[in-house]
Amino acid sequence: MRMASDARRLKTLVVGGTTTWLVIFTLLPFLIVLAISLAEPRLGVPPFTPLLECGDGIWPRINASLANYTTLFSDSLYVEAFLGSVRIAATSSLITLLIAYPMAYAIARTQARLRLALLMLVILPFWTSFLIRAYAWTGILNSNGLINSALLNAGLIAEPLPLLHTEFAVHLGIVYSYLPFMVLPIYAVLERLDWTLLEAARDLGSRPLRGFLRVTLPLSLPGVYAGWLLVFIPALGEFIIPDLLGGPGSLMLGRVLWTEFFNNNDWPLASALAVALLAMVLLSSALLYRVMRRPEASS
Amino acid sequence: MAPLGRPAGPEQPIISIDGVSKNFGAQPAVVDVSLDIARSDFFCLVGASGSGKTTLLRLLAGFETPECGRILLDGEDMTGRPPYERPVNMMFQSYALFPHLTVQNNVAFGLQEERLPKAEIGARVAAALELFDISGLAARKPHQLSGGQRQRVALARALVKRPKILLLDEPLAALDKKLREHAQVELAALRERVGITFVMVTHDQEEAMSIASHIALMRDGRVIQVGTPRDLYERPASRYAADFFGAANLFDGTLAGGSGAVSHVDCPEAGCALRVTNAEGVSPGPVTVMVRPEQVGVHKTAPTGGNVLPAGVTNIVFLGSAHVCHFTLDSGKPVQARLSPTDMAQLGGLGSGDRVHLSWDPAAGRVLAS
Repeated sequence: MRMASDARRLKTLVVGGTTTWLVIFTLLPFLIVLAISLAEPRLGVPPFTPLLECGDGIWPRINASLANYTTLFSDSLYVEAFLGSVRIAATSSLITLLIAYPMAYAIARTQARLRLALLMLVILPFWTSFLIRAYAWTGILNSNGLINSALLNAGLIAEPLPLLHTEFAVHLGIVYSYLPFMVLPIYAVLERLDWTLLEAARDLGSRPLRGFLRVTLPLSLPGVYAGWLLVFIPALGEFIIPDLLGGPGSLMLGRVLWTEFFNNNDWPLASALAVALLAMVLLSSALLYRVMRRPEASS
Repeated sequence: MAPLGRPAGPEQPIISIDGVSKNFGAQPAVVDVSLDIARSDFFCLVGASGSGKTTLLRLLAGFETPECGRILLDGEDMTGRPPYERPVNMMFQSYALFPHLTVQNNVAFGLQEERLPKAEIGARVAAALELFDISGLAARKPHQLSGGQRQRVALARALVKRPKILLLDEPLAALDKKLREHAQVELAALRERVGITFVMVTHDQEEAMSIASHIALMRDGRVIQVGTPRDLYERPASRYAADFFGAANLFDGTLAGGSGAVSHVDCPEAGCALRVTNAEGVSPGPVTVMVRPEQVGVHKTAPTGGNVLPAGVTNIVFLGSAHVCHFTLDSGKPVQARLSPTDMAQLGGLGSGDRVHLSWDPAAGRVLAS
């Protein structure tokens, strides 16, 4: 009896603590951002109109307007930023997947002793600051950076290639930074895969590639979905990489948001952008979750 | 060995393993195995774990390639051929059913890989599901099946391909004892019905004896004896084989020359010379005499003729259908006898400490070269 009640108390503590944490550090800030997004910009501190204003009557006046959201969907700048973010996040996630899957597969199929070392190599870059690593790419991609000077010295090119501040550089930065987030979940699934299933496929007449497509790939999809979420979502709102490596043309939401907030001092519009970004993330996660659940649902 | 190009006929073995060896690193797994398996046989590979029986099966399936020697299936050299081009199918120990596919699609998998017309696949899958009485489970996923149902799906998936040979890797190991005995009978009946050759690996000698038409006993990567279950039980070629199949009383001794049909084995453990009749072809020297427990007679007064050894009763285990009696000879050597309830009744009961005489016919004991 005592132990049961102790366990219940512990459970209450853990669940309650987590809930409190989430309410204070996730839900409340979100509600603040949501409230600001409904306000209007003004000069002063804070730079937005208060949501509730004491009026003449007993009830406070509510100053809520959806004007900022209307702007988001009518101004081509924001629409383009949305589409650009989705496009760049999708293509770079796809490239990440195409590189990460063979890596994860190779690690999962090497002998156990080597596996740990290979995983360490995948995780190792995390030990350096993300910002510094992204910044290092500018030194490599610069017009007088590593690649260009090497190619110039070798006489392969007459003038430096435009590498930095391009969409190519943004893709490169995202793929490089988020590769481990794709490798690890796929590896985790492949590592647990029963390889006799692949032998069974070969026994039943599958050539190696067919066996992969019919058995290994479908069974590793949960890892692919998880990896996709872990790369696509942060890439969607990525700010540092497009800011450091992207050109003026590569419009992404994170950069637009930053500009509205710090350069234009338009907090309400920036908040509306943040809310829209969050909605997009939730929507894409929900979509992916449904796709993931489908094989189970049909059984 | 069967030369290449010999016309395929019913007398030609369906499987010819010719001097095959396989090592894993420095560890030899299969050592110079040559074996012929007859068409429509139910062939069992038995041995303790690590004896190489599973490796030999995997060599037949094509999952391993031999270092030397060759494997002919139905007269065709398969040595370098990948598993997906061999006319054999395997039933895996874990069944290896595809967890993301329904029973229907698991069974259809191999036919789809053959690019058969959809209508034919449908018909053959339906027939296979019917044969194994799993039509009602067609839409289920493997995790929704019981162990016995999974086993039948695995069999259906392999046999729907109409292989020349079905390979079975410990197919009954995952079933509980009651279900296993039933499945043994079913498996033997299934082979009769489909008519193809079954090659099964098992570590369970009783299982092998009850199903197989022929058995190969493996030890340390080598085939040490091949024969019918009866051959292996009654005429084991070695001490190891005698001990592996059923219980055996083994007496170490020295074979001396005999007079006529009866030879003498000088046996200090038995306390006298044992008379044996089947020592032809065994050269004089150290040998082992094997006597099965059911061949040992127990008497209260010394009988005449045969081998008679005085002994004391150590203990008696009642098994229902028989009594297994443990005795100790004067030399301290333990001996086992198996008495039917009728024998026991004639004897008028036995108790620990009783003095008895054990006897067996000279023709019953078997001489094994050491």
